[in-house]
Amino acid sequence: MTSTVQAPVFNRGIDFSKPVFILLAAVLAVLVILPLFWLMVYSFTDIDRNVTFDNFIKLVTDRAMRRSFGIAIGMAALVGILACVVATPMAWLVARTDLPYARFVRILVTASFVTPPFLGAIAWEILAAPNSGILNILYRWIFGLTDGEFLFDIYTFTGLVFAISCYTFPYVFTLVANALDRVPSDLEDASSILGAKWLTTLRRVTFPMVVPAMLAGALIAILQALTMFGSPAILALPAGFHVITTKIWSLFQYPPKLELAAAAAIPLLLLTIILLRGQKWILGRKGYTVLGGKSGAPRVTELGKFKWLAVAFVFGILCLTVIFPYLALIKTAFTETIDAPLTWESFTLKHFNFVFFEFSATRLAVFNTLLLGVLTATICTVIALVVSYLVSRKSVAGAGILGVLATAPVAIPGIVLGVGLFLSYANPTFMLYGTLWILLIAFLTIEMPAGYQQLSSAFQGVHPELEEASRILGATRLKALWQITAPMLRTSVVATWCFVFIGTIRELSATILLTTANTKLVSVIIYDLNESGDLGAISVLGLLLLVVSFIVVYIASKMPLGAGRLQPRG
Amino acid sequence: MWGKRTAFVALAGAMAWSVSVAHADGYEITPELVEAAKAEGTVVFYTATDVAVAEKLGKTFEEEYPGVKVQVERAGSERVFQRIGQEISTGIHNADVIETSDAVHFLMFKKEGWLASGLPANVLKDWPKEEQDADGQYAAYRAHLSVIAYRSDMIKDEEAPKSLADLLDPKWKGKMVKAHPGYSGTIMTATYAISQLLGWEYFEKLSAQDIMQVQSSTEPPKKLAQGERALQADGNEYNVFRLIDDGVPVKIVYATEGTPLVVGNAAVLAKAPHPNAAKLFYAYLFSQEAQQLNSDFGGLRSFHPGVKEKAGRTPIKDIKLLLPDSAGQEKEMENIKAKYEEYFGT
Repeated sequence: MTSTVQAPVFNRGIDFSKPVFILLAAVLAVLVILPLFWLMVYSFTDIDRNVTFDNFIKLVTDRAMRRSFGIAIGMAALVGILACVVATPMAWLVARTDLPYARFVRILVTASFVTPPFLGAIAWEILAAPNSGILNILYRWIFGLTDGEFLFDIYTFTGLVFAISCYTFPYVFTLVANALDRVPSDLEDASSILGAKWLTTLRRVTFPMVVPAMLAGALIAILQALTMFGSPAILALPAGFHVITTKIWSLFQYPPKLELAAAAAIPLLLLTIILLRGQKWILGRKGYTVLGGKSGAPRVTELGKFKWLAVAFVFGILCLTVIFPYLALIKTAFTETIDAPLTWESFTLKHFNFVFFEFSATRLAVFNTLLLGVLTATICTVIALVVSYLVSRKSVAGAGILGVLATAPVAIPGIVLGVGLFLSYANPTFMLYGTLWILLIAFLTIEMPAGYQQLSSAFQGVHPELEEASRILGATRLKALWQITAPMLRTSVVATWCFVFIGTIRELSATILLTTANTKLVSVIIYDLNESGDLGAISVLGLLLLVVSFIVVYIASKMPLGAGRLQPRG
Repeated sequence: MWGKRTAFVALAGAMAWSVSVAHADGYEITPELVEAAKAEGTVVFYTATDVAVAEKLGKTFEEEYPGVKVQVERAGSERVFQRIGQEISTGIHNADVIETSDAVHFLMFKKEGWLASGLPANVLKDWPKEEQDADGQYAAYRAHLSVIAYRSDMIKDEEAPKSLADLLDPKWKGKMVKAHPGYSGTIMTATYAISQLLGWEYFEKLSAQDIMQVQSSTEPPKKLAQGERALQADGNEYNVFRLIDDGVPVKIVYATEGTPLVVGNAAVLAKAPHPNAAKLFYAYLFSQEAQQLNSDFGGLRSFHPGVKEKAGRTPIKDIKLLLPDSAGQEKEMENIKAKYEEYFGT
């Protein structure tokens, strides 16, 4: 505008980088540091806020507490392993072989990703409770066995690991499948040209290239399992054991022990940080992934006679994670009781009638859930987009700190964050308790790491050349970001939005401490109904939640964003 | 957690109390009260009674007093308690009338000065003296029992347990369901009463029976209805009554050692946002109509002398009861939870 005589010619007239940076840093700092601050204060003080280490001493000396830590870690590790073992071959089959119905498989995996884990856990109660579980009833009927015999018992440690894995394996699947979509086939071609059999190529070339993605996925699965509240509350408590989240939750029962709860959260925090460090270390050593390569289409392996075996494997898994649980929910929604036979006499709409017309909380809860889902997804995606841009382009000194702030909440389990947020915002200064704002803040904090991780990895795949070109041609940073980078990242942005939306509507652990009568959410009513054993109503609400999620994800994936629209990869 | 406002709230409570001394013989529902309640339009009821029963009660009240809407907020006793604690300590006054099945809560509410004084006249006249607070801040809205029950199609009547001691028979291993004292006020009261009577050895032995552990005391009867377990070691009597009314083959056992009685108190909050509607609704809760509805539809026991129990239900006078001792229980709460976790794992 002023002159083109001087170089560099970047338009500095209205560059908002600095103010945006400061604003974001402030927002993120409040979101993240405030609850952590209160958590620290409570964990190191007694009830009168005098400094003490008693809470930690109690933590270490209490046998029940140590046990719940041990069980939680064991459970999370097994979930991680199971997720890798199941998801990696599945991802390979879908991405790199001529597996029939591969597209359909991807859709069903998305479905199990969209399913809230607590809903999955309830569905598995309906299927595999030792006496009333549908699968066990069938088992007894087929083999003519007496009451008391059963094939599966979901109320066990293994049952819990299984039920959590069903809804966390998509993390590994998605990351590995995406990596396999991207890994260029040159190296694999080279390997086979040099005489390697397909299995050798798979083992020595393809597999090592996706290891980082697999580990990253496993790590998310482990963290999810470790910090999950709903599924253990539904499956572990009846079995008579605690994991760390349910243990923390039990510390809120009368008389509440907030200090001990805060202290119990600290090891979980440290463990999460260690895991994240570990991931960095592994990724640092094995950085094979090639992004944005210009090679041709990925190699497709022909399965030949193994084709139907592969189909059986993949659909077997999908039956366990999606098909059986959904059928169980549908059946329960339309019949009187869960063990009622499937006949016309047992068909009923009374659960629908109860949920939509008699149960006063439904409408408000659905509205609140959708409103918060859309708001959180939109705000979170925008913030994450700008943060990852500032961080990856290092446009402002100290931008790295934003990345750290945006990632930090990942280390805070939802239930702990709920405590921290309650302590931070439910006081006379803020008076946010009882409003939707506190939930919005909670969801933004919880979802920020996921949003940021997704978008920052997407940014790393986009070379800054085009942005630079745009800026040389006179665009400001934000304009370049909006016109050039954002459209190129369209898929990632939409994916992030959906990811956050789904994460929000299925959140339960922080929500359970923060909702009140006027800020009810569907996830909370489902949990409350589970408490009183109304499985029919739960199934109706659960199906409603799923249908809404699918519709939103579908619409979002069709939404054009920004000026240019990239063709999907061939 | 309860914040610094306590002192202030206590002061307000003390003032309310001094006012109520003037009306020591209780209040009646007057046309002026009804008009004032209608002007407020809403009453918010925090309750631990089963959701269907509580919603039904709200509906009948709305029919009786059109113009006053009842907002029912139902959760387990300990959740209701946690919520009201969170709210009041942050200066939010959302609830008008509160009711839980854990009598200890009301000792604490009173200590914190959260309750308003003044009981309906009929309560002062008809209720046993030990079921109303000496300062008129709360009274027993309902009572129920924590009972043994079984599926009569899965267990033969002659084989069914008769006593708490019978539950220790190895033949019930893996067949029982039981609620949790840390979550349920009913079970906390029952656990204290039974541990006083039989000692903790009883629970130690019971824990070896491979029991399905649920949280709320409304849950064990529902697990019986599902057919997930054949026998409940404890759980609400009123939920079992309702299953029997629905035709589910379930039978109740009143243990020979005695059956724990659980009293659910109700109170108006000192800072109720709708004080007149609260007063009206509170008086309605203790009316013969509401108490009869609780009994018929909810299966709850009542202290109202005019309430008739449904045919087929054992009258409370014929049941050997273990009476609650909330002062003793309050001192033991921590110990009960710790012991329970030691034996049952959660």
